[in-house]
Amino acid sequence: MKIHEYQAKQLMAARGIPVPAGRVAITVDEAVAAVRSLIEDSGNPVVVLKSQIHAGGRGKGTFIEHPEVRGVIVVTEAIDGGVEAAEARIGELAEQMLGSTLVTIQTGEEGRRVSRLYVEQGVDIDRELYLAVLLDRSASRNIVMASTEGGMEIEKVAEETPELILRAEIDPAIGLAPFQANELAHGLGLEGDSARSFGKFVKALSDAATQLDTDLIEINPLVVTADGAVMALDGKMAFDDNALFRHREVEEMRDVTEEDDAELAAKEAGLNYIKLDGTIGCLVNGAGLAMATMDTIKLVGAEPANFLDVGGGATADQVTTGFELITRDKNVKGIFVNIFGGIMRCDVIAEGIVEAVGRLGLEVPLVVRLEGTNVALGKQIIDESGLDAVSADSLSDGARKIVELTT
Amino acid sequence: MSILVDSNTKVLVQGLGKTGQFHTDTAIAYGTQMVGAVHPSRAGTESHFEGETDHTGVPGRDNTYSVDLPIFATVKEAVAATGANASVVYVPPPFAADAIMEAAASRLDLVVAITEGIPVADMVKAKRYLADKPTRLVGPNCPGVITPGECKIGIMPGYIHQRGRIGIISRSGTLTYEAVHQVTQLRLGQTTAVGIGGDPVNGTNFVDVLAMFESDPETEGVVMIGEIGGTAEEEAAEFVASEMTKPVAGFIAGTTAPAGKRMGHAGAIVSGGKGTAAAKIEAMTGAGIVMAETPSDMGEAMVRALG
Repeated sequence: MKIHEYQAKQLMAARGIPVPAGRVAITVDEAVAAVRSLIEDSGNPVVVLKSQIHAGGRGKGTFIEHPEVRGVIVVTEAIDGGVEAAEARIGELAEQMLGSTLVTIQTGEEGRRVSRLYVEQGVDIDRELYLAVLLDRSASRNIVMASTEGGMEIEKVAEETPELILRAEIDPAIGLAPFQANELAHGLGLEGDSARSFGKFVKALSDAATQLDTDLIEINPLVVTADGAVMALDGKMAFDDNALFRHREVEEMRDVTEEDDAELAAKEAGLNYIKLDGTIGCLVNGAGLAMATMDTIKLVGAEPANFLDVGGGATADQVTTGFELITRDKNVKGIFVNIFGGIMRCDVIAEGIVEAVGRLGLEVPLVVRLEGTNVALGKQIIDESGLDAVSADSLSDGARKIVELTT
Repeated sequence: MSILVDSNTKVLVQGLGKTGQFHTDTAIAYGTQMVGAVHPSRAGTESHFEGETDHTGVPGRDNTYSVDLPIFATVKEAVAATGANASVVYVPPPFAADAIMEAAASRLDLVVAITEGIPVADMVKAKRYLADKPTRLVGPNCPGVITPGECKIGIMPGYIHQRGRIGIISRSGTLTYEAVHQVTQLRLGQTTAVGIGGDPVNGTNFVDVLAMFESDPETEGVVMIGEIGGTAEEEAAEFVASEMTKPVAGFIAGTTAPAGKRMGHAGAIVSGGKGTAAAKIEAMTGAGIVMAETPSDMGEAMVRALG
């Protein structure tokens, strides 16, 4: 699960991790109202207005409705014109941003609707660094990743100048040790007060990762201010969905408007669904087999419309919900059901299909491949239902058939 | 021979809820030596299992079974009373990592964790706990381990298996069944099939199992099934190139998976350009592994690899 930048900063601030002061706004008035106190409290006339969406690249992104407006804007009007000038500018920008669609390198062409803004105090930046806590799968532990190349795309740094990325493994029984924080600070070229502040920062951040069960915390950039303080200028957090049961305060931060409707509906029904751009709907049991089914469809010349794993113990009801999700997608020109019944019995799947088609109707070709437990009974149920379904002997046979029927 | 489990393996079940109950029954029907259960709220009682065995009609084997499985409060007690050397975990996700550590504390040889949805941080801790124990963990989020005709630990359908000469390793449950089914139909059969699971932090990886198959005299070839996410397949490819003498066939799922999305399994995600199917297929092909283009060709690929 992902959260917004301002929410990540709230969670950090609550754990003593320094972040700039800021206020969230869902209306133009709220955005304007935040300006005066931010400027007066910080003594810095600069404020920053940041669109809050669950995607990166906001600073360089632009709005479909206002191509000249970027997703993040530094407002400097107060330097010459006083607080009122900054308020006027923030009001004007908030008006354009709220309800408009922000397109960044991570949103795709359709972009994301902005419904929350974050107004933040300006910071005098001396250096920009990169800091993250994430799982190293080979080590089976979290690691701290740090780099002097703040503000850059870290994947690019990793590829072009891997020597500029520092790593420290976090022992789950000990946490990040002081010497490791010191090594990182030294490696980043920090000295004196900045090195000490960084040490506290990275220790608190690695503890937060453990306490909050994050998949990823990424601070890009982490800044050293002109007076030597260390602060998170941006903040991204993603959480382990399997651990949300013990983090109600995080679960409450969920912004459902950032999530896909069909994926949410699937989750509620206990299914795993991911919408894709192709035309062949797939209903499969097992994540590996579901991926392989998509791959095979592509191999025989079409594109999958979705990933759908109905799991190992699906009921007829869940199969019906799965069918509903697939047929809701208007791009779908054909459906391929691919089941290897192990624990899941083929007759249960067959009943689910017959029931779903009876309820929802079927306007596109359907190919069914059943294998495994009670396969004969499953095939018999489909045959006797009078359903207009083509049966297949294997995954590749089924993929070929559905592609032929739809082209 | 076989790897990990055989007819001498004595198995405890941890977590005798609906799922644990169901799969304990199928394991007994298959002929697995299930010796006890750990389920604190039912400790001191017995759970009764009866029915027809999977080998009904096979000469020299029993047609029916009737077993009263003793239930214990702790693994320690269960091991003392039964001499168990392996366990299977069906405990719900919030408590599953603790169950794995409990099994390791009793120094069992093998723990197979079926549970899906264990928090990553719990597995990180459990794995550290296991580091100085003799216990091997397989899983979590896996179908289990089976040596056909001898011992079935997990949720796989027993009847698709046939004793033979191919070892199977996979991160995915249903793709394991596909491979097993094809290898059975080609009359090659399996020595042991191992599901290592779809989670990002797991107990046993491809390299561990490949090494076991390499030293198992009965195994003549290996089918290895991977998927997007992580670099376990790349590490396995290096091992195959440098250490394996036996032929290996392979398949990777997820060529069409979009980046940044978790494809059902917690570990199946391409992030930051890492863990793509293309990179894995390239590494495996480079290591001399015969790759199947679709899952329907895994058996054929094994035949080609055997030469």
